[in-house]
Amino acid sequence: MTGLLQSACILLLQGPEQIPIRPPAASSIAEGVDRLHFFLTGITLFFTALIFAIIFYFMVKYRRRSEDERPPEIEGSLPLEITWTLIPTLLAAVVFIWSSSLYFRNSRPPAASTEIVGVGKQWMWHLQHPEGVREINELHVPVDVPVKLTMTSEDVIHDFYIPAFRVKKDVLPGRYSSLWFQATKTGTYHLFCAQYCGADHAEMIGWVYVMTPTDYAAWLSGGARNESMAQAGEKLFNRLGCVTCHVADGTGRGPSLVGLYGKPEKLRTGEMRVVDETLIRQAIVFPNSVVLPNFPPIMPTFQGQINEEQVLQLIAYVKSLGQEERQTKAK
Amino acid sequence: MSTPGPNDHDVPAESRVNYLNASYGIRSWLLTTDHKRIALLYLASITLMFFVGGAFAVLMRIHLIEPQGALVEPETYNKLFTMHGVVMIFFFLIPSIPATLGNFLVPMMIGARDLAFPKLNLLSWYIFIVGAIFTLYAAVTGGIDTGWTFYTPYSSTYAHTQVVPVALGVFITGFSSILTGLNFVVTIHKMRAPGLTWFRLPLFIWAIYATSIIFILGTPVLAITIFLLGLERLLHVGIFDPAIGGDPLLFQHMFWFYSHPAVYIMILPGMGVMSELITCFSKKRIFGYSFVGFSSMAIAVISFLVWGHHMFVTGQSIYAGLIFSVLSFLVAIPSAVKVFNWTATLYKGSISYQAPMLYALGFIGLFTMGGLTGLFLASLATDVHLNGTYFIVAHFHYIMVGGAVMAYLGGIHFWWPKITGRLYPDGWARFAALIIFVGFNLTFFPQFMMGYLGMPRRYAVYPAEFQVLNVMSSAGASILGIGYLIPLVYFIWSMRYGPVAGPNPWGAKGLEWETPSPPPTENFEEIPVVTEEAYDYANPHPGVARG
Repeated sequence: MTGLLQSACILLLQGPEQIPIRPPAASSIAEGVDRLHFFLTGITLFFTALIFAIIFYFMVKYRRRSEDERPPEIEGSLPLEITWTLIPTLLAAVVFIWSSSLYFRNSRPPAASTEIVGVGKQWMWHLQHPEGVREINELHVPVDVPVKLTMTSEDVIHDFYIPAFRVKKDVLPGRYSSLWFQATKTGTYHLFCAQYCGADHAEMIGWVYVMTPTDYAAWLSGGARNESMAQAGEKLFNRLGCVTCHVADGTGRGPSLVGLYGKPEKLRTGEMRVVDETLIRQAIVFPNSVVLPNFPPIMPTFQGQINEEQVLQLIAYVKSLGQEERQTKAK
Repeated sequence: MSTPGPNDHDVPAESRVNYLNASYGIRSWLLTTDHKRIALLYLASITLMFFVGGAFAVLMRIHLIEPQGALVEPETYNKLFTMHGVVMIFFFLIPSIPATLGNFLVPMMIGARDLAFPKLNLLSWYIFIVGAIFTLYAAVTGGIDTGWTFYTPYSSTYAHTQVVPVALGVFITGFSSILTGLNFVVTIHKMRAPGLTWFRLPLFIWAIYATSIIFILGTPVLAITIFLLGLERLLHVGIFDPAIGGDPLLFQHMFWFYSHPAVYIMILPGMGVMSELITCFSKKRIFGYSFVGFSSMAIAVISFLVWGHHMFVTGQSIYAGLIFSVLSFLVAIPSAVKVFNWTATLYKGSISYQAPMLYALGFIGLFTMGGLTGLFLASLATDVHLNGTYFIVAHFHYIMVGGAVMAYLGGIHFWWPKITGRLYPDGWARFAALIIFVGFNLTFFPQFMMGYLGMPRRYAVYPAEFQVLNVMSSAGASILGIGYLIPLVYFIWSMRYGPVAGPNPWGAKGLEWETPSPPPTENFEEIPVVTEEAYDYANPHPGVARG
């Protein structure tokens, strides 16, 4: 009953116009998703109203007038069954094609995306820009620039959700997931964890700041002087002793990592794998599961010695090795 | 209508020997093998569980009146929604119609004296009770905070709550479902009365048959999943937790392989009840019998192929997403066909509005709404935004509460005179139906809006902008709660003071109405011979040959 009273008070004091109808739409896909959402809302309201209207009409028209009434016998109608099977099927087909093409078109990030990495852990978001700036529970991004987030979790499954962008992706331990968006309006938007992750799940929230490119550049350079992710990764590479085996000219006990990123490699097991973020992480955490044929399986695991953010820095460093070579080849 | 005994209407139920007064004492109930008594044991147990689960929901809704949380600590809130889900799904919704009305009606509707395996049936109830005790034990000794979905690695490695007792409770209760399903399948195949061919069966039987198939095929997968979860939690065998070599998504695949079909375990029997109610209260044969019957089977089959739509945002492959999306649209179509057929059954009927019919009409409206909002979640682009928000909470409550619970209550109201021999006050029952309908919509409609606005589910605290909608929802919940208490009062009242019902107070068709109320222990004095199709309301004589 307290609920009733409170509700009445709030409605009286604030008025029904306090109830928002639509979340902010601030990304390149938001309008498209909303159009489909409104179409589906229309279908839902139309068919619910139709069924209700028919039922009410029948309820009144065919109400029982006497106990002896004998309604006519109607067994069914094949044409009607076909009609009301086909209409929902066609409607479902339209929605499926519309929705899937929208999803498919937006599933891959544009090639020129700014890459930001994120780590979820109970109960906060750590994000790091390629230039090395790190933030917690805040994400600053430039407007009108595609941004790709590569994320993993230190512990349980989390989910990175920005309602205003209509994007959401589970953030899993032990693997990388990614999402991308292109913000279209400057402003401040909610960031939520949308997968239940324990006691303070509801506190694993933050803000996304969409800034003009000049503001963003100023923000990037305004913070404490940071080394870039690749530079931090290089330091780790030296400190952990990776460099003693992974010698650049290939004379070490481990393979040279120069230019390795993005190449397909045949593993000792015969499996073909492209050297991507997932494979590099696997090589650091479970080295014996991805041994190359010409090298002895002597690499120790670094599980427990470095955290997920450091793994991401190492990956950034490995990616940077031989990058010029890749770029010149591309030209 | 038939009157099996002379002047049956005048004879008080108590003076005839029936299944309720054939023997007395606690032993006679706890050791009974009579399917009707077992149905009542289940009815009492799941009613208790319903109000336990409901109490958790009431506490949650009070808590959510304030954005910063009005009642409890976040840890406690997490336990409340977990226990609400576990109790309502595994200990109320899944057994609800099959274990109570199914147990009571399957033998009566097919003209049998009991289920095929009466002792197994009693065993099912005991298994259910043991599972429930484990779960309630966990609730009072600290609770569980994983969500009813038990997602790993949170549940297997990180949660510090009573995961193992609850998981064990759910594991054990699963066997009760499997045995009940097996019992129904064998009974329906082997024990139908002479003349009762498959296409003369009431559609409730078709629905229970389809449900039983899911029980038998799906529940073992849940048992295996929970077993593996226990292995990882207790012995640290790396199955789901990547830190010890597991796959973080494997659990979700296995869990939803059972738990999506389980949605249909909850709703299919309700659809069966609907076909009985709509025909009786419009005095008409069902429109498109075979389409309604086969759509139940179609749902049972396709429901096993759509689990991936719970995982669109987990990073599963785009192509897998497309396949699961198209199959999810497909599973909606048989449900739509049913709704159209029920509506068409009303056409040119002789419709009366006693309480069971009001519940049935409420079901059609709310289920339509719930089904259509499922399309938002089957379609990939909108699911990405809505997944994990209150939109999902609203959607499945429209199906589970607006659908399954409405049908369950409609069914209880419909067969109550058969079960107890007594009538309840119809005016109060209609009033309760109305209160429940209004309270339900006020509770859950705002949650659709909250979800679209982006409010995630399972949040103990939330941004202040969602408060108005949350307060509306909590206000609705208090109305809904009152709506559920009213029937409890008048049902209990009616058992002692209700007018004597007679064998067939609704003028309904079906074998269960051809025998006195309450029925004798052996159900029928002689096994009836069926000579007509189901719902032959045009033929006022009972469709059975005697002697």
